[in-house]
Amino acid sequence: MVKVQLWGSLRSAADGRTEVEVEAKNFRQLLDGLRAAHPGLAPQIERGVSMSLNGVIYREAWFTEIPPDAEVVLMPYMTGG
Amino acid sequence: MKKLHVSTTVNGDPAEFVCTPDESLLDALRNRLGLTGAKEGCGTGDCGACSVTVNGRLVCSCLVLAAEAEGAEIATIEGMAEQDRLHPLQRAFIDHAALQCGVCTPGILVAAKSLLAKNPEPTDEEVRYWLAGNLCRCTGYDKIIRAVQSAAAEMRGA
Amino acid sequence: MAFDEYQKREFKQVGTRPNRPDGVDKVTGRAMYGADMTLPGMLIGRILRSPHAHAKIKSIDASAALALKGVKAVVTGDDFARPEDDFLRDVQENCMARGKALYDGHAVAAVAAIDAATAKAALKLIKVEYEILPHVTDVDAAMKAGAPIVQEGRTLENVPAGMSGNVTSHSEFGHGDPAAGFAKADKVVERSFKTAATHQGYIEPHAAVASVTTDGKADLWCCTQGHFFVRTLCAGMMGMEASQLRVTPSEIGGGFGGKTTVFIEPVALMLSRKAGRPVKVVMTRDEVFRATGPTVSTSIDVKIGMTKDGRITAGEAYLRYSGGAFPCGTIDMGGQAAFAAYDLEHVRTYGWNVLTNRPKEAAYRAPGAPQAIYAVESVVDELCLALKLDPLDVRLKNAAKKGTKSSYGPTFPDIGLVATLEAAKKHPHYTAPLAEGQARGLSCGFWFNFGGNTCVSLNVNTDGTVGITEGNPDIGGSRASVSLMAAEELGIPYEQIRTIVADTNSLGYNDVTDGSRVTFAVGLATIKAARDAVRKMCLRAAKIWDIDEEAVEWKDGAAVPAGPNAGRFPPMTLAEIAADSFATGGPIAGHHEVNVDGAGVSFGVHLVDVEVDRDTGATKVLRYTIFQDAGKAVHPDYVEGQMQGGAVQGIGWALNEEYIYGRDGRLQNAGFLDYRIPVASDLPPIETVILEIPNPGHPYGVRGVGETPIVPPLAAISNAVSRAIGTRMCELPMSPPRILKAIGTTA
Ligand code: FES
Ligand code: FES
Repeated sequence: MVKVQLWGSLRSAADGRTEVEVEAKNFRQLLDGLRAAHPGLAPQIERGVSMSLNGVIYREAWFTEIPPDAEVVLMPYMTGG
Repeated sequence: MKKLHVSTTVNGDPAEFVCTPDESLLDALRNRLGLTGAKEGCGTGDCGACSVTVNGRLVCSCLVLAAEAEGAEIATIEGMAEQDRLHPLQRAFIDHAALQCGVCTPGILVAAKSLLAKNPEPTDEEVRYWLAGNLCRCTGYDKIIRAVQSAAAEMRGA
Repeated sequence: MAFDEYQKREFKQVGTRPNRPDGVDKVTGRAMYGADMTLPGMLIGRILRSPHAHAKIKSIDASAALALKGVKAVVTGDDFARPEDDFLRDVQENCMARGKALYDGHAVAAVAAIDAATAKAALKLIKVEYEILPHVTDVDAAMKAGAPIVQEGRTLENVPAGMSGNVTSHSEFGHGDPAAGFAKADKVVERSFKTAATHQGYIEPHAAVASVTTDGKADLWCCTQGHFFVRTLCAGMMGMEASQLRVTPSEIGGGFGGKTTVFIEPVALMLSRKAGRPVKVVMTRDEVFRATGPTVSTSIDVKIGMTKDGRITAGEAYLRYSGGAFPCGTIDMGGQAAFAAYDLEHVRTYGWNVLTNRPKEAAYRAPGAPQAIYAVESVVDELCLALKLDPLDVRLKNAAKKGTKSSYGPTFPDIGLVATLEAAKKHPHYTAPLAEGQARGLSCGFWFNFGGNTCVSLNVNTDGTVGITEGNPDIGGSRASVSLMAAEELGIPYEQIRTIVADTNSLGYNDVTDGSRVTFAVGLATIKAARDAVRKMCLRAAKIWDIDEEAVEWKDGAAVPAGPNAGRFPPMTLAEIAADSFATGGPIAGHHEVNVDGAGVSFGVHLVDVEVDRDTGATKVLRYTIFQDAGKAVHPDYVEGQMQGGAVQGIGWALNEEYIYGRDGRLQNAGFLDYRIPVASDLPPIETVILEIPNPGHPYGVRGVGETPIVPPLAAISNAVSRAIGTRMCELPMSPPRILKAIGTTA
């Protein structure tokens, strides 16, 4: 199980929690797992999310492996200037 | 609109074009003579990207009528290097990385050359005030001032 | 993966300062920028813009314009299909209004004619019937109940019920329990701030030349930060396949984020399609200000608690950003960045994006961060003053470091903030004496930095030189830094490499030049493309020597036998291998395609001394020093240039630049005379101190540097000015009238 930290405004879409657990070995499975367990998260996932894995931010990259006990934080998909 | 015929000299060479009475020198240089080195950043005299000299006087070519070029001597960035030899200012700008995007560079070089013609040994402050009409959004001007001073020193030594 | 990672090495070429390869073109006027392109038979396109801040477009009658001799085509919003995708539709409707004009300057129609004068005359003949609607341009006013609604139905599911229909999104970040943290503070300061919208202010206006042929193919030349994205957007709007639309970037005269989207490009394409001839569209400066992207305008409340000895106990921010007439995600980045420099147990930010009748926001260097960090750093400074603490010591005491849980969630890996602060503290500037009436300010800055999709090809020529093809416009010396990294990796002189920026048909997709990504991501792909070529060259040498491929390695620009057992052969140089390449298997090339991650966040600290003229309200910047971590400065001149240029844009933002709207909702200062960007005589030298703390996510340790420098100036200058006049400034820009007003209140 991967513990995923959500940002505050996603709480209402995840039964009031800011940390949820899903079964996932990589980013893609994580997104699928989140969507299945918490359909309220689907609109934000559609709009785009980034993932921080042990402090490194990934913007896409479905097949990035998530090692056990990794720190995983969901973030909005970001753009720069 | 009836067009005017203009005979002029650009960078030492004779040049002729037709233009409308309200056409700017910048438009004539760029669109009639194919000299696109001078840039239009504003068209209102506020950015200096269009700087050229007319009879040795530094002007914003967007504010000069093309018809005023009749019989005049125009100098643009395209005439700054002599054959295959860059002007010391041009070299200094490359050496000091005084350009990032480079769109302000032609105007700044023309303006700086005209400063050094008048004042071969300007203070930093004099360079900054002389170039105050030439906007650069990329560099923060620091390297531009250094490049102008380095070229000035070289030109004095030569 | 291990191959990607940073490995300590001695650099031979990276870190030197050779001349940029495009330098001569750019100092001789030869370089071709957007407006410099012409095609045979080309028409000139011009755009008619709404004079109203908010109006229903009841009808557009272009018959008189079309009847004018020399007019070849007219385009309105109805010529474009309506895209399903929200994002694409917004970009399209920003390029050409449909149904409603949403801000002063919004495009409503366009013409193509044989010359500029005819096109201009034709615009006057287009009759647009408007029904003027009430408008709102202020972010706080737009959030009030009863405010005119800019666009209906754009509210996301995350917006709490009961808010104004102009609120499009809400976000919340942070951890801990701020209320508990504030209870532990010796002093709590709460302040409200406003920051004006500012424009990127690139000197080159947008320009595009489009040529659409009757068989459905098209070519587009334009000045852009990302021609692949231009292709995606334009192909979507034109109903074209990507393969049929080739986009070639011109040299670009500045962008800073503002050229990461399209404005005139689809219009030029549509005019060309209708007219059957090439069409050039160049914006005037007035159009650039009225209709291209400024930053968000903001209204921000910040509350921070601190103990007597300078430990921050909690921080909270309420951020209201307006990205103009369309939904805008910049608020999310502001909310995440606000407290990023601090190691906090209790931190929370709440953000809302609000629609107003202003042009659609476009990215501008570190979008969203400067405003939020300005507000936070102002309150930290006020606390330092109130508690009589040294502002650098307080930042050091609270600085985020490796292992800190960041205010936006992730735990920081190795970051350079503490080293940057320490460098500032050691620097003579920090302790230099100040004269009467002068004051010193400082601020931290932060940006995320990105990598992104990148493709690089590297061709080894038979004479031993190398050509590199990359897909990101060179906005400030990137051809030089890419060439340098390739030279380093291949072991050949920099001068033997030529890097070009290719069109959309010559390479795979490259993300736009944004997020400070180019030196980092294109550099990474270049290094790996070079390694790919090196591997192939080693293979050729192995064949020539008739030894195992593994028995050959690359050293100083040549294949050499790896160790004594491999055999005794003299080094075979790149040029020698290249010369024989036709006989050994054909031309040699390396390439790399990747979506790069691991950019690594970037911190900076700025120090500034100012003097305020109490009679005129004018602020003079006396001394300015920047400290920033570049990971590894590939070409230090251009790293310094990014830092200096970003800082000066921030100085302009702090002191002068703002979008000023009249009561009629029209932009009052759409020109460089009234929207005053810093000029040379406004500024002192900008000193730079580059720190090099390698980024583990890049083979050479490179970190993006372009965006962070615009973040700290806002608060650094505001803190200095506030100290100089003895009253806290809470609004940007601190233009002379605002300073005089503030001084008046003190007196
Ligand atoms: S274009 Fe002439 S001054 Fe700006
Ligand atoms: S180098 Fe870009 S405007 Fe000066």
